[in-house]
Amino acid sequence: MSSTPRTSVKEAVARGIRRRYAQESVFRALGLGALLIGLGFLAFFFYTLIANGYTALAQTRLRLDVALDATVIDPTGSRDPAVLEGADYQKLVRDALGARFPEVTARGDLRALFALVSPGAGLEIRRLVVADPRAIGTTRSVWVLADDDVDVLVKGHVSRDLPEVDRRITDRQLEWLSRLESEGRVALRFNRYFFLSGDSRDPELAGIWSATVGSFYMLLVTLVLSFPLGVATAIYLEEFAPRNRWTDLIEVNINNLAAVPSIVFGLLGLAVFINEFGLPRSAPLVGGLVLCLMTLPVIIIASRAALTAVPPSIREAALGVGASKMQMVLHHVLPLALPGMLTGTIIGMARALGESAPLLMIGMVAFIVDTPETPLDPATALPVQVYLWADSPERAFVERTSAAIIVLLVFLLMMNAAAILLRKRFERRY
Amino acid sequence: MSEAAPQVAAGLSAQPVQQVKPVAEEGYRTVGDFTAAKPVMQARGVDVFYGDNHAIQKVNLDIGLNEVIALIGPSGCGKSTFIRCLNRMNDTIESARFTGDITLDGENIYARQMDVVMLRARVGMVFQKPNPFPKSVYDNVAYGPRIHGLARDRAELDRIVETSLERAGLWNEVKDRLEEPGTGLSGGQQQRLCIARTIAVNPEVILMDEPCSALDPIATARIEDLIDELKQNYAIVIVTHSMQQAARVSQRTAYFHLGKLIEVGDTDEIFTNPRHKLTEDYITGRFG
Repeated sequence: MSSTPRTSVKEAVARGIRRRYAQESVFRALGLGALLIGLGFLAFFFYTLIANGYTALAQTRLRLDVALDATVIDPTGSRDPAVLEGADYQKLVRDALGARFPEVTARGDLRALFALVSPGAGLEIRRLVVADPRAIGTTRSVWVLADDDVDVLVKGHVSRDLPEVDRRITDRQLEWLSRLESEGRVALRFNRYFFLSGDSRDPELAGIWSATVGSFYMLLVTLVLSFPLGVATAIYLEEFAPRNRWTDLIEVNINNLAAVPSIVFGLLGLAVFINEFGLPRSAPLVGGLVLCLMTLPVIIIASRAALTAVPPSIREAALGVGASKMQMVLHHVLPLALPGMLTGTIIGMARALGESAPLLMIGMVAFIVDTPETPLDPATALPVQVYLWADSPERAFVERTSAAIIVLLVFLLMMNAAAILLRKRFERRY
Repeated sequence: MSEAAPQVAAGLSAQPVQQVKPVAEEGYRTVGDFTAAKPVMQARGVDVFYGDNHAIQKVNLDIGLNEVIALIGPSGCGKSTFIRCLNRMNDTIESARFTGDITLDGENIYARQMDVVMLRARVGMVFQKPNPFPKSVYDNVAYGPRIHGLARDRAELDRIVETSLERAGLWNEVKDRLEEPGTGLSGGQQQRLCIARTIAVNPEVILMDEPCSALDPIATARIEDLIDELKQNYAIVIVTHSMQQAARVSQRTAYFHLGKLIEVGDTDEIFTNPRHKLTEDYITGRFG
């Protein structure tokens, strides 16, 4: 009697068991497949970025024997630093090129010859002279910046075999360049300008420094405003506010705000901060305020989650020995919730760092060469710089765009790593 | 249920109740004498609701000095709810509603002028699961005295910590590791640390909500010995699921059933000669 049902159970399980395992392996295969596809895309993305971007680290330079003519640099002989700073070094570069190719005399040919060097080629000479005024009067061998058209040709981004009309470098220029190359006067050097200068119309002079500083000021404003505000809001809502219709409404709205498209915050910033409060356009302060509005919901939600995760036993223990609510929160709950809050904040900040849409609305998309000195100076931000360069027609901006993206990603990775480290470091077991 | 209005809404009673009279029983009558010889706390007509759930009904009970009173009963009978009324821990539960009177040395603890922080300093609590702060052993014990300003200087604080740990029977085990985290101790040590933390504030009453339910028998035995010593100085209320424990540590026992206080009496009486049918069924193991 009892053996019959037992066998039937065995049979029933045996019938289904193969299908159950099959389902499991299908699910595993699907998961693994999805993961591999994702990793593949990521690898492709990084490959193209790095393949496109790494050449921006080097820049073509031409070695010229520049005569540091005192009559051009410092005609009065005062050696006044202001005079030295303002001298026409570009003329010295042109003279050096002219001296190298004495056979070129026609005005149009000379213009083509001078186009081989960057409009900023004189900067190298100025650096040399300002650092050492005694060099005036001597002839120095200087590696000056080549023009971006020369640069892309030397790096091989543009083929020399193209018909002349498809190149920005003429056959004559190419011939001069070949002669310089054969003398060992053309070389790739580390691209200092990319890291240390601001934006420029000339790709060889364009850099990410001012955009980086702009992003830094912006994030500083965002952090200083959104972290205390967000944490305080979360603590109030989680620990002190009564649960009623109003707090429910606030909670729903905070969650909704986290999902609002960022460009809408940009419009709000334009309407409120710039038009209403009269704050300057293109300023990191306004950018920071707008990004603060955008990150606040993220920080509040993360902080509330961190507070909820603190076990009630700790709260009871604190209240049980007679701590007031404020003491309970400050002495016991907050220290335990802080790692989670910091993680949320850093992830919110990382999102803010990568944001460009709201900044377009408040004028941070402008062409800004100077590095901002305060959060009130006009500035741009890294992602906006990427956007601007991606929009530029010059071939040499392609590698700079990729390189700027790499720099942005490095910052993001560093911030996320900091979030993980903080969590690991301060996470306490309870 | 009668329509009798709750006499005293939580926190609204204007005067401390001096004369506490037993409230007329509503459909049931507690068997036995609920008064204590030296009452420290007196609960009269205590009702607690969680939303619509009538968690405890018209409970009258005294807590006496130098004695341990054990609250026993099946799960959900309201004993933990009652103990949490004694230091107003239920205030933290939003849906909880309290009516009735509980006095501490004659002062109504639900009166407006009674400060909860003050009350909890006078009525300490030890919880079911050991819950030391994730701080050092020293800081765990010193926390209460610090926030209440009980020590004038570091030396006095050291002394309070040492005596508290000594009275909790933990000093010898932790005196060399005061700076180590309290969460690193064993379960039984953690619970004794929690007791030390409670007595460091020098309360009048100690509430213990199933203090041994997460501990092994050896740790339990140590805590029980400790409870026995502590009753020299304090009034102790202990909620327990173990009838043997109630029999071992308590002088009086109160049996709760479905939110009602069925029977109170001397522990010996209750366990040898229960007068109510429900009490008898429970302690003889017919249910619960």
